[in-house]
Parts: sequence; C-alpha cells; structure tokens
Amino acid sequence: MSSPPRARPKRNSPWSAPSTAPPKRNSPLAPPRSFLWSRRIFLTVLTGFVLVPVYVMVSSSLKPLADVTGKFRWLPSGLTVRPYIDIWSTVPLAKYFVNSLIVAGAATLCSVVIAVFAAYAVSRYEFRGKRVFTVTVLSTQMFPGILFLLPLFLLYVNIGNATGVALFGSRGGLILTYLTFSLPFSIWMLIGYFDSVPRDLDEAALVDGCGPFGALLRIVVPAAVPGIVAVAVYAFMTAWGEVLFASVMTNDTTRTLAVGLQGYSTLNDVYWNQIMAASLVVSVPVVAGFLLLQRYLVTGLTAGAVK
Amino acid sequence: MTTTALKEPVRPTSPGAAREPRRRTGRIRRIGLPYLLLLPALLLELLVHLVPMVIGVVMSFKELTQFYIRDWGAAPWSGFGNYKVSVDFDAPVGKALLHSFSVTVGFTLLSVGLCWLIGTAAAICMQDTFRGRGLLRALFLVPYALPVYTAVITWVFMFQHDNGLVNHVLHDQLHLTGEPSFWLIGDNSFYALLTVSVWRGWPFAFLIVMAGLQNIPRELYEAAALDGAGMWQQVRRITLPSLRPVNQVLVLVLFLWTFNDFNTPYVLFGKSAPEAADLVSVHIYQASFVTWNFGTGSAMSVLLLLFLLAVTGVYLLVTSRGRRAADV
Repeated sequence: MSSPPRARPKRNSPWSAPSTAPPKRNSPLAPPRSFLWSRRIFLTVLTGFVLVPVYVMVSSSLKPLADVTGKFRWLPSGLTVRPYIDIWSTVPLAKYFVNSLIVAGAATLCSVVIAVFAAYAVSRYEFRGKRVFTVTVLSTQMFPGILFLLPLFLLYVNIGNATGVALFGSRGGLILTYLTFSLPFSIWMLIGYFDSVPRDLDEAALVDGCGPFGALLRIVVPAAVPGIVAVAVYAFMTAWGEVLFASVMTNDTTRTLAVGLQGYSTLNDVYWNQIMAASLVVSVPVVAGFLLLQRYLVTGLTAGAVK
Repeated sequence: MTTTALKEPVRPTSPGAAREPRRRTGRIRRIGLPYLLLLPALLLELLVHLVPMVIGVVMSFKELTQFYIRDWGAAPWSGFGNYKVSVDFDAPVGKALLHSFSVTVGFTLLSVGLCWLIGTAAAICMQDTFRGRGLLRALFLVPYALPVYTAVITWVFMFQHDNGLVNHVLHDQLHLTGEPSFWLIGDNSFYALLTVSVWRGWPFAFLIVMAGLQNIPRELYEAAALDGAGMWQQVRRITLPSLRPVNQVLVLVLFLWTFNDFNTPYVLFGKSAPEAADLVSVHIYQASFVTWNFGTGSAMSVLLLLFLLAVTGVYLLVTSRGRRAADV
C-alpha cells in the first residue's frame, strides 16, 4: 500500500515565481487590448469591493461620534483619536485583550510543539497505523464545529464535576480546544516541510551520536523554521478569530475579544467609531503578521491542495 | 499497512552496544518512539475530537434536556425519538430544520460559485506581471487575514439602517431604493450574508488558483497563441483543464467551510438569525442552547455530518471518475 500523498512545500510558489517579462506590444503573444481593458476594469472594481470595508473601518475609527450616529459620511467632519482612548472604558477591552492574548498565545505555543513532534514521527518513521492517523486527523478538520460543541461542552462540565479541574468557563479549556483545532492542519503542513529537509542530514546527526530528539532539535527544526513560523501564525489566527466555542465556553472573567466585541456590536446604542477603533487595534497585529509572513503561509496553505 | 521502524539508520556498533539487553531496549525504543512522539497529538485528538464525536452520537439517542446536563448519564434513552422529531417535516421543529437546511444549500452553492469565479478570474488577470501587482496581491489577501469578527462587525456597521454605508450609497446617492432598506432583518439578510461570505471567502480561492497556475508551463500558452488561439480560448482549453485537480480540492474545501460556517452569520445577526439567512450551524446552536435540548441538537448535528459525508463521498467519486476518463 502506498503512503498518503504528502504536502511538499513548493519551491516556486506564486510569491517567488520568476517574473517573466510581458511580451512586447505588437508580438502575437501580447494579450489583446480588449483583455487589458477588461482586466483593468475588473481589478479596479474588485479592489473597491475589497477596500471599502477596510476604508470604513479606518475612517470611522477617526470620526467624532456625531459622524457615525447620523447619515453615513464618506469623509469625516474632523479627525479625532478619542475613539481609541474611549473604547477602553466603554467595554473592558483590556481584559478581553489579555484573555485573547493568553489563550491564543498558549494555544499557539502548545500546538506548534505538539505538531513538530507528530510531524517528525510521520515524516521520519514507518509505523503501524500511520495512514489511519493522518487520515483521521485531517478529516476532523472538515467536520462541522457545531458537531463537537455540545459534546465538548458536556465533557468539560462533567470533567469539572468529577475531578475539580475547571475546563468549562476557564482559559484552560479554551486553550485545549483551540490548540486541537489548529493541530491537524499544522501537522499536515509540517510533514510537508520536514519531508523537504534532506534525510541524510539527520541521519548524519544520528551517526554522530545525537539521539532522535537531538537530530530533530538541531537539524530538522532549524531547517524548517519558515514552516514552523507559518504554522504558528496559522494557529494564532485560528485562536484569535474563533467565535463559536468562545461564546459558549467563556464567562465574564475569561471572555475573549471575539465574544466581547461581538456582544457589544449587537447592542442598541453602539458607539460605532469606538468599535471600529477597537476592531482596527485587534486586526492590525494579525493582518501585519499575515502579510509579512504570507510567503511561508501561502506555500504551506496551498501545498496540500495543489499537490 | 507498512511495518515498523525501517527508516531509522542502524547505529554504528560501539563496544557496549553489542550486548543483548541493550539491543533489545534499543529496538523497543525504536518501535515505540514514533508513538511516543505522536502521543500528545493523539491524546488531544481523542479528548477534543474523537471522544466528543462518540458522545455526540450517544447523546442523539438520549432525551437530554436541561435537567440532565450535570449528570447526562442519567438521561433516559429515547431511541430514534430525536431523529424522528428532527425529520418530521410537518411539525414545527422538523419544518424549521428543513427550511434552514435548504437556505444553507442555496447559500452555499451561490457563495462557493461566486468565490470560485472571482478568485479564478482575479488569479488569471494577475498571471502576468504588471506594475503594482505585488501590492494588489497583498491587498486582496486582507479580507482573508482579518479576524472574522472584526471584518463582520465592520459589515454590520455598513448594513445599518440609518447610519450605514450601504443604504447611504444605494438610497441617498444612487436613489435606487424608494426607502432605506433593512439589511440585517427580513429577506434582504440573505444577500447581506452572501456578500460578506463572498468578500471573506474569495481570496482563498484566489490564493489556491494562483498557486495552481504556476504549474502550467508558459510554452503551452505561447504555442496556443502562435496557433491563433484567442485569450478566451486559451483560458478554456489550457487554463481550466490544467486547474482541474486543484479545483477538485478547492471546491470541496470551500463547500465544507461555507456549509459549516458559524462565525459569519453569528456575528452578523447575533443569536437569532433572520429566517431568510438561518444557516444550519446557527440553527442547531440556537435549537440547543435556547431550548437546552441537547438531544435534538445532537441528532441534528449527526444528520448534518451524515449529509456532508455523503456529499463528499459522491463528489469525490464523480470528480475522480471524470478525471480518469479525461486522462484516457
């Protein structure tokens, strides 16, 4: 039986593709004028579609309250940074922020470590049940979250009752949940990266007297840093943006940004300029991280689908 | 199935290693090592995914109302009762589920179709280099990189009746509507949800298709162009057939994600989704946590899972067969 098709990072991702010079204007290879024009129009409209909400978020966060309670205005009547200051007292944003940071940070850290070990096992060893493991783990990724919600809720409540370990309503339970959610994809991505590290390297290390762990830590991990970074960003984004489980499994003290801001935005009297300021503050680190590391992330994200 | 520990190199025999006991522990270590490395991942998968799935199936056969949450083992068995309630399309519960299900199917088909179309079109448009291409690509990824809730909250603000952008543009500036419309309640909510979903989802299709396009050799296009094939013909005869394997996975992934999406409708509408946009995830959530009837909720989840498994199976069968036939 053959081993499952593996994600192998592609060396020439769209990001590093050699940029072939466009053919000269009047050569038969040049795209026709009509194509160039329709491309220009299509891309302009698409850019507008993508950017309008971003513009609304940024501009509204700098507007005085009067601008967001009356009719929508494209241009602010005046610029102010008050929303960025006021939001911290309108909602307990600092508390949400700390909760989200702890939950997403811890989930990311654990997820990366556990995924590195698991991916190393799958990439470097043959063992009984390997295929079952990879297929099972990957397929859970595709199941509806709602399927796990009720049982997990019950499980955590009952573990709490039986052992006194508070998983329900605590950050611990949420960390455990999120880290498992990002695990399948992280393992999958890392297997691909580890496979691309030449096996001779860690075999040489084994011969030189490193244990398997030594070979992993000194040879394989350093060579797969981009993949590990990508996995970390992915795990962080997963935990930072999740709403479903956070809405059920947190209480007032452990509420995360996702639930806190969502709850506030559904009230009747919303200070839209403030919530846009908060949204921007919350988004900037994630978007910046994603765009900075897009090369690695995209390679990992697409490897599985393209291969 | 393959057998154990073949890949690890044999260690050089140092003087002490030749003795029998050392070798045996070494072998046990070698066989056990991969399992040891997998253990944390395995335990977590068991605790958070597999055990809950089994519990979910068990729950769906129980009459699990709020009285039994603390001690769910004590809840009485109800056989297929929960399933009967869920699929009894004449009674309110089943009728609502059926409605929610059909809304979800319609929504998913439209959203996946649009995401794929926009993503593919954009990827094809950006196949050649031109000035500003890198910047545009980064911009296009922003909707995908934004945390779901901040993006959707921004759309909530844009869809507001009195102070939102959408009504301002459609009503005040373009005078398309006689009255400012309500977007987050009533029938319009379906289109609001679709817009947000496509806005968030198409960059993923774009990413995957762009990666897929890199694998098509340039010479193919050049040869086709020299043979007189127009732009459109090149797309139809070269690009789309070459993208087939990529599309097979992409469409399936988009389908599953969109069908199961909870975050977008939940943030857009809050706890009670309007009927026209009552996606099945939110519907089950509401049915479970508003009435605290976990038994029925679980039965609905299991039915949902069975449906998705069936669709995935049929889809893979049909598309793979088509692919094989095309190869011949």
